[in-house]
Amino acid sequence: MSATLLSWSVLVAQFFLVAAMGCAVFRVLRGPRAQDRVLALDTLYVNAAILVLVFGIRTGVTHYFEVALLITLFGFVATAALSKFLMRGEVIE
Amino acid sequence: MRRWLRYPLLTLALLGLWLLLNESVSPGAFLLGGMLALGGAGAFAALTPPRPRVRRLAAVLRLLRDVLVEVVRSNNAVARIILQPGRAQGRRSGFVLIPLDMKNPYGLAALTCILTATPGTVWVDYDAARSTFLLHVLDLIDEEAWVRIVKDKWERRLMEIFE
Amino acid sequence: MTHAADLPLWAAVLVSLLLLVGSGLALIGSIGLLRLRSFYDRIHAPTLGTTLGIGCVLLASMAFFSVLQTRFVLHEILIAVFMVITTPVTLMLLARAALYRDRSEGSTEVPTLPVDAAQNERPGV
Repeated sequence: MSATLLSWSVLVAQFFLVAAMGCAVFRVLRGPRAQDRVLALDTLYVNAAILVLVFGIRTGVTHYFEVALLITLFGFVATAALSKFLMRGEVIE
Repeated sequence: MRRWLRYPLLTLALLGLWLLLNESVSPGAFLLGGMLALGGAGAFAALTPPRPRVRRLAAVLRLLRDVLVEVVRSNNAVARIILQPGRAQGRRSGFVLIPLDMKNPYGLAALTCILTATPGTVWVDYDAARSTFLLHVLDLIDEEAWVRIVKDKWERRLMEIFE
Repeated sequence: MTHAADLPLWAAVLVSLLLLVGSGLALIGSIGLLRLRSFYDRIHAPTLGTTLGIGCVLLASMAFFSVLQTRFVLHEILIAVFMVITTPVTLMLLARAALYRDRSEGSTEVPTLPVDAAQNERPGV
């Protein structure tokens, strides 16, 4: 019973998150401006991290946690560097 | 040794982080984590940041609780704005200029984090010379009301904690 | 999902609810990215996913593994702490970059430098 309930909710959650990533990818491609693309890329990273966490629950493997942590870490660094680039045209002054 | 122990809270937080990451409380994890925490706090002290003075721990906990409540409430509000098609026409978003009395950098950083982490408000710019900041609000009904909310709800309490 | 068969029903209900709320909020935030009109409106949308969205899924993951392995699995707190620290920083950097770009292009959508705006809007302050 609990396995059935959980497998359905995990499936729905995965569907939601893939749809959310689709929205973010659409905004990355569409723009219209560079800051919109960076914002969408940041959203994409966070959605991917949530999706990996849901994968962890689906498979029962705790190692997915490390993957999610790394995705959030790299996402932060990437967004910070890109914002800096948008502001000045260079990352390190 | 004093330099490494100048930030005991930071050292403890780093040690806790290491133990959580390893998911173990074995002596080895404690030893390595303790060394890394002392090194990290020492490196932080070498940056010579201004000394934080946090007072009234109870006020900090109350503030954290209120921030959590506010985050849940504004999540709900922003989700409604996004999902309701009819309100897109009547809603107005815009910038609000808010004058601040607080000068403490840690208090300002905390205020920034609180306002940006709650959906619906984003801290955009700060003018240190006039100590005013620019806030973008998604659902802007009354600019004066936002100035009052920020000053009464957050700034006053942060000043009690940090100044 | 055979590994979840011996999970008690209350835990399964709790984890399912948290998963659905969290992923739903992330989805709503991303829909907002599509639907809201200007960049400064859109910057509010992803905050849903980065605060309560990922928070609910982290709570679900903590509850799931703690009950399943009958020990406290708390390392998800690390991601929560990290998100709390980084979300405001990224959004602020991005907002400031956008403001800088808009100002340097002379856009009328954004206010001018705070000093001028303060003099125009609030002569008393």
